[in-house]
Amino acid sequence: MTAPVLQLLEVSRVHGDGETAVHALRGVSMQVSAGELVAVMGPSGSGKSTLLNLAGALDRPTSGEVEIDGTRLGRLKTQELAALRRRRVGVVFQDYNLIPSLTAAENICLPLELDGMPVLAARQEARATLKDLGLGGLADRFPDQLSGGQQQRVAIARALIGQRKLVLADEPTGALDSVTGEEVLAVLRGRCDAGAAGLLVTHEPRHAAWADRVIYLRDGVVVDGTTARQPARAHA
Amino acid sequence: MSVKLGLLALLAEEPRYGAQLKASFEERTGGTWPVNVGQVYTTLDRLERDGMVRAEEADDGGRILYSLTDSGREAVLEWWSTPVEREAGPRDELVIKLALAITSPGVDSAAVAQAQRSASMRRLQQLTRLKQSVDPAVDLAWLMVVENQLFAAEAEIRWLDQVEAGVRRYGRPDSFASEVVADERLENRR
Repeated sequence: MTAPVLQLLEVSRVHGDGETAVHALRGVSMQVSAGELVAVMGPSGSGKSTLLNLAGALDRPTSGEVEIDGTRLGRLKTQELAALRRRRVGVVFQDYNLIPSLTAAENICLPLELDGMPVLAARQEARATLKDLGLGGLADRFPDQLSGGQQQRVAIARALIGQRKLVLADEPTGALDSVTGEEVLAVLRGRCDAGAAGLLVTHEPRHAAWADRVIYLRDGVVVDGTTARQPARAHA
Repeated sequence: MSVKLGLLALLAEEPRYGAQLKASFEERTGGTWPVNVGQVYTTLDRLERDGMVRAEEADDGGRILYSLTDSGREAVLEWWSTPVEREAGPRDELVIKLALAITSPGVDSAAVAQAQRSASMRRLQQLTRLKQSVDPAVDLAWLMVVENQLFAAEAEIRWLDQVEAGVRRYGRPDSFASEVVADERLENRR
């Protein structure tokens, strides 16, 4: 049994205090293992964004523990937290967030260069990743020369370059049409099948269905979850 | 779905006469499923025989009041807590179940909706796996069948979200008030 890449233990997050306190999450426990894609669904205000921020070490819980790759975040100083975020966690947003003045390959290898990898080695790895995703021909294009779906696939490649094992995707298909959205999900699914751990927040039931498990949040509490394949997932 | 579970759900609220049951059932489910009174009495007889319903002595007007036994109550609770098997019966069962769930006192309609949502999501996950295994170049027709099922499952989940959002926003409808509205609606139709 592999250790979970992401683990939340009885995590609560309260914004503000006194009468105006908002209990965004109340005692949520969950985990995502390597090779697993987990979707989070729930109405607006149910705590999805808070959950994602805590999982991505962008925010600290009021109580409970978040663990990434076996490291308890509660014990880390702000600088250590930033380093862990950079090295272990990839985030994919609805609006792609590629740097417009860098090519697709340069966007992907940027995190590696920030981690100190020599530029040539980083470029090589970025090109290899793009080729894996069937996007080899796009390596030297700038974001504005790519379609939305292509940009998002590049963003997923960037999120999981190097040692990163955890990808957090916040409505990654929100700006895409249905068919293109599915192509993006196929990439995310493929990355998880290849060993990454993925947490996907989405409003689209059809997109959540690509996950191994779907967790429902309501008023900051996990109300239910479904598992597609148990216990081991056969590769499609 | 037989009319049986709908009648049991109504009797779980309070004892009712046969004619009352027919009217309540039709009104509360928005006239989705018209039943004739003979069908109601046949069902009540069967339920009495099966020990789920108790019939009182006829009153002066010859009317018989029906109430639920413990085993009848159990059957209703099981209905509320078990997701509808979509393949097994007519699609309307879910609509009727939710219409009754949001108007039945003491029934957690959000939990009823969530049980269904989880079941539908599992189906959507299975269909998504299935879709991934279909090569559209080889079997486009099969892909369309799978996608039809997929969209139906998605539509159901979206509808459940909407029902729940409505209950959260407007509160549970008062069952009596909704019957008055249904009466007026029926009047207007005539």
